[in-house]
Amino acid sequence: MNHAPLAAAFVADAPRAKWHDETLWFVRAKRDKAAQSVPEWEELRECAAQIKAHTVSRLADYLEQFEREATRRGAVVHWARNAAEHNEIVLKLLSDRGVKRLVKSKSMLTEECHLNPFLERHGIEVVDTDLGERIVQLAGESPSHIVLPAIHKKKEDVGQIFHEHLGTTAGATDPNYLTEAARQHLREKFVQAEAGLTGVNFAIAETGGFVVCTNEGNADLGVSLPTLHIASMGIEKLVPRAQDLGVFLRLLARSATGQPITTYSSHFHGPRPGGELHIVLVDNGRSDILASDEFRRSLNCIRCGACMNTCPVYRRSGGHSYQTSVPGPIGSILAPSRNPKMFYSLPQACSLCGSCSDVCPVKIDLHHQLLTWRRELAHQGLLSRSKRLGMQAMSFVFRRPALYRLAGRVARWLTPLLPRFMIYNGLNAWGKQRELPDFPAKSFGEQYAERRRHESQRNS
Amino acid sequence: MSRNEILKSIRAQRVPTAELPSLDRTWLRFADPLAQFESQLAGVGGRAVRVRSTDEIAPILNARPEFANANGIVSHVAGVAANCDLATIADPHELESVDWAIMPAEFGVAENGAAWVTDERIRHRAIYFIVQHLALVLPADQIVHNMHEAYARLSVGSSSLGVFISGPSKTADIEQSLVIGAHGPRSLTVFLVEPA
Repeated sequence: MNHAPLAAAFVADAPRAKWHDETLWFVRAKRDKAAQSVPEWEELRECAAQIKAHTVSRLADYLEQFEREATRRGAVVHWARNAAEHNEIVLKLLSDRGVKRLVKSKSMLTEECHLNPFLERHGIEVVDTDLGERIVQLAGESPSHIVLPAIHKKKEDVGQIFHEHLGTTAGATDPNYLTEAARQHLREKFVQAEAGLTGVNFAIAETGGFVVCTNEGNADLGVSLPTLHIASMGIEKLVPRAQDLGVFLRLLARSATGQPITTYSSHFHGPRPGGELHIVLVDNGRSDILASDEFRRSLNCIRCGACMNTCPVYRRSGGHSYQTSVPGPIGSILAPSRNPKMFYSLPQACSLCGSCSDVCPVKIDLHHQLLTWRRELAHQGLLSRSKRLGMQAMSFVFRRPALYRLAGRVARWLTPLLPRFMIYNGLNAWGKQRELPDFPAKSFGEQYAERRRHESQRNS
Repeated sequence: MSRNEILKSIRAQRVPTAELPSLDRTWLRFADPLAQFESQLAGVGGRAVRVRSTDEIAPILNARPEFANANGIVSHVAGVAANCDLATIADPHELESVDWAIMPAEFGVAENGAAWVTDERIRHRAIYFIVQHLALVLPADQIVHNMHEAYARLSVGSSSLGVFISGPSKTADIEQSLVIGAHGPRSLTVFLVEPA
């Protein structure tokens, strides 16, 4: 299944698609306000991009330094080449200690690794504790956005899900009431849990610690009650120095939701007294992206979601239509790196408006990379048949100037005479939901030649 | 072994060298950092209260019904009485019934209204997150302008947990409606103790 039909299904519910679009634009507008309140915003973006470029240029050294420092502080560092290894490491940590109940804070990496279904198959109860993630987990869905996992749900949907699973009053839709019900339900889960798992927003090579950012405090509660804390992190999450966090923490929440900083920015260094801290470093294709001059900068991503909130295509097609743990512009770059055959349609969805590159706090040239992916996928022969045939026909015509001029002349004469059904049908994707512009009487080439003729007459 | 394979794979890639930028420059500053801190904190749902000494804190708290009627109270601030001592509690799960914690913070950040706390000398770090209401106490002259100054003064990694806390626990996951009190404290009060 590719992106376009899934997006078409989402857009079919017009009022809902409009609401989705407006909700995300509201977040984008908050981001603009927050960014404009920082006079040195561009300087921060530039610093962030430079820090990331430097880090990946010496990534192996920094990973070793991180491991050394983390170990010195009493953490245990594990390495996983892929999702399967990551999941096995987590399972072993849990089963060795007889853990049956795990609370998780939001981690896109564990979504990428499909950790939840894996652990559940092995008899472990996994509870996502971020409210948005809990909503989609109870609904049997995946997050549709990396920062706002349940952004596609209306409060009526949440009311229905909570009524079924948490026993809230039927028909209740008040966010205060529903959040309170979730608070009571999740507090129970926090108290019962025998282990807590968090993602990692930033890891510091210099100190061997890491930072987790949440507004709810769920990561902190999840790892403060049980004795076992597992942190799953992609190897690209490193920064060299603690002071680099000053740059990234100023950018992250402002770009994500327009907040000056998340409510909790927690710095973990080693286990707490009597506890255990395990950090799982995951590659899962990241070292391959490192090799590519075109796509390396996609590793800069700090998962703020700003590119999704601003993307006209994402806002109108819904996160689930991307079928990947990270959707939107950045997801459309990362997913084909992992599996071009499966995700070939994502870069085609881009309108190349460039808005994602404008808002990206770490200056990833997202729309350039999406365009590069299109060329790359065409080289790999991964275009749909209609696109491929269309491109071949265009190329045939464009390489023959006389034929091109003739075709233009015929089209300008013929098209206005044709009945509607011959222009607006399945063969003309451009005519869907929009009218073709009127054909001009003369082509640009003819107008240009005429003008040149007049000018030379005047000059002679 | 996965470790060596990953490192080998990374080292095999040709990545252009890039300089690490110096962050030693003049960043955003405020004419009145204390007032900026107060307005930022209010903007994220917290409350700042200026006091002349820590003695003024207890009467202010007692005037609030949710404090006067509180079950468990933990206090690490001199002059605020407590009925629960973290040092005598073996298992942090027992803190579930604690309603209030009054804890010292090291300093605040004007640009975002965050206060820095750690678990140094605090037996159960859960106290910051599990209570219904949290009050932090910090000297009013310990407000830095921005996050760069914050990192310049704190020692990252000196304790197993250090947290910037900015406001009460909150969520906007249901239709972007802001709800205060997700899992953690339903309120955050920051007492700013003015220098004598």
